[in-house]
Amino acid sequence: MITAEQKPIEEIIEYIAPYDRILLVGCNECVTVCAAGGRKEVGLLASALHLHSLKQGKTVDIKEITLERQCDPEYVEELVSLIDSADAILSMACGCGVQTIAGRYKDKPVYPAVNTKFMGASESQGIWAERCKGCGDCLLGVTGGVCPVARCSKQLMNGPCGGTSNGQCEISPDTDCAWRLIWERLKALGMEKRYIEVMVAKDWRPAGGGGPRRIVREDLT
Amino acid sequence: MKTDSRLEKVFASGNLAVTSEAGPPRGADPEKVKEKAKHLDGYVDGVNITDNQTAMVRMSSMAASVIVKQMGMDPILQMVARDRNRLAIQADILGAYSLGINTMLCLSGDHPKFGDHPTASGVYDIDSVQMVQCVRKMRDEGKFQGGADITKPPKMFIGAAANPFADPFELRVLRLAKKARAGADFVQTQCIFNLDKFEEYMKMVCDMGLDEQIHVMAGITPMKSAGMAKYMKNKVPGMDVPDEVIKRIEGVPKADQAKEGVTMAVEFIERLKECKGVHGFHIMAIEWEEQVPEIVERAGLYPRPEL
Repeated sequence: MITAEQKPIEEIIEYIAPYDRILLVGCNECVTVCAAGGRKEVGLLASALHLHSLKQGKTVDIKEITLERQCDPEYVEELVSLIDSADAILSMACGCGVQTIAGRYKDKPVYPAVNTKFMGASESQGIWAERCKGCGDCLLGVTGGVCPVARCSKQLMNGPCGGTSNGQCEISPDTDCAWRLIWERLKALGMEKRYIEVMVAKDWRPAGGGGPRRIVREDLT
Repeated sequence: MKTDSRLEKVFASGNLAVTSEAGPPRGADPEKVKEKAKHLDGYVDGVNITDNQTAMVRMSSMAASVIVKQMGMDPILQMVARDRNRLAIQADILGAYSLGINTMLCLSGDHPKFGDHPTASGVYDIDSVQMVQCVRKMRDEGKFQGGADITKPPKMFIGAAANPFADPFELRVLRLAKKARAGADFVQTQCIFNLDKFEEYMKMVCDMGLDEQIHVMAGITPMKSAGMAKYMKNKVPGMDVPDEVIKRIEGVPKADQAKEGVTMAVEFIERLKECKGVHGFHIMAIEWEEQVPEIVERAGLYPRPEL
């Protein structure tokens, strides 16, 4: 999923300070799962903003709504009936959602309430970690199901650097050395020989080096 | 001979090679480069010129290498994948070679997090193994990484680094094999303090026949003090400093600790001269270049062969 974290409240307050009527829009997808911008977080943020404005001796009108998917024009259309009663939109979706709204409601300022972080998976309750960089040319089939692009701090393609310490990455004891994980997997699968093959310089075009990426499915258009 | 590198000639002659290193200054004063390098003149076959070492901005490795070259010495141009994409790497190799530099070391580079610009993004377009592969292709096939012909290919003698101590241990020899396969001519190892473990590593290297494919230079660092020994043990990632080493340095009065560190370095070299597959020594006297001549002499590696 795409993970996100709420921005510092001070930054959000600064964004919306010029406005009296805010449309606060959550998303029911990834940001709900990672507890950053779903219905519950929309309610909490609205309360916090109300409280802050009361302290300032002001009132702010905040309309709350959580869309099924903010990155989907079909659902973003649901805001049509609310848009005129708002001076600005505050989005709790990832950057894809924010931009879908900005593209649809061209004369309305839209502000992000979260920082979009990474494509990751849940490691345990309340902990998410990066797993994919969307490089567009998946290597997991040759690296034992562990991604060196997303999980090696130096994106090394041919084994661990000299900084591995007790199986962890030199940048943090909380970060597993990706190549230690890859090696353990290859061993468990009896595929150690695979390691010795030199992985050649990667083509970064599918990773974004060729400019912003699109997928066009003729069968669906 | 693949190149005009002095280091290549020394290896070919069957002599043990000796290299050392000099970190360029954090400023634009060429005298600082000369000051460091002059200590090494005549005592080594090559001087590594580090490339933004520890991810701190310094005078460029290429500029400092040229200054060392102008002194009549043999610079080894270090190049890190952290700071350059494949275009910049190849452009710098052409430039370096055009200025008389014929030996280089391909490295990943320390992570920006540890340096003085922790907000920088690392490049890591290619890794150190792929860099070796690229330099070899430029030299032996006369082609750029992208496939086009080079009109006057740079003939670089290609080095890389090896850390026999970082884990997983069993992968360390395979990583060396990979660097050899990619085209590295020699490797310089991480500082060796755990000699038993290093000899175990070298046995695996020889069992795989890698000593026939790549020249391994054993990394030697004299400890200046017990404090430095402890720092290296606890703070430097991938460093293996056994307790006996720390105890031995601690066992002498503070004023004599540096002397003891030098004696240990000389003893390490004497012992590793006998280790099959070790073709030379890379002496890393960190900010202590003036100490290198004594180590080289006492270890019986002076004078350097006339070639």
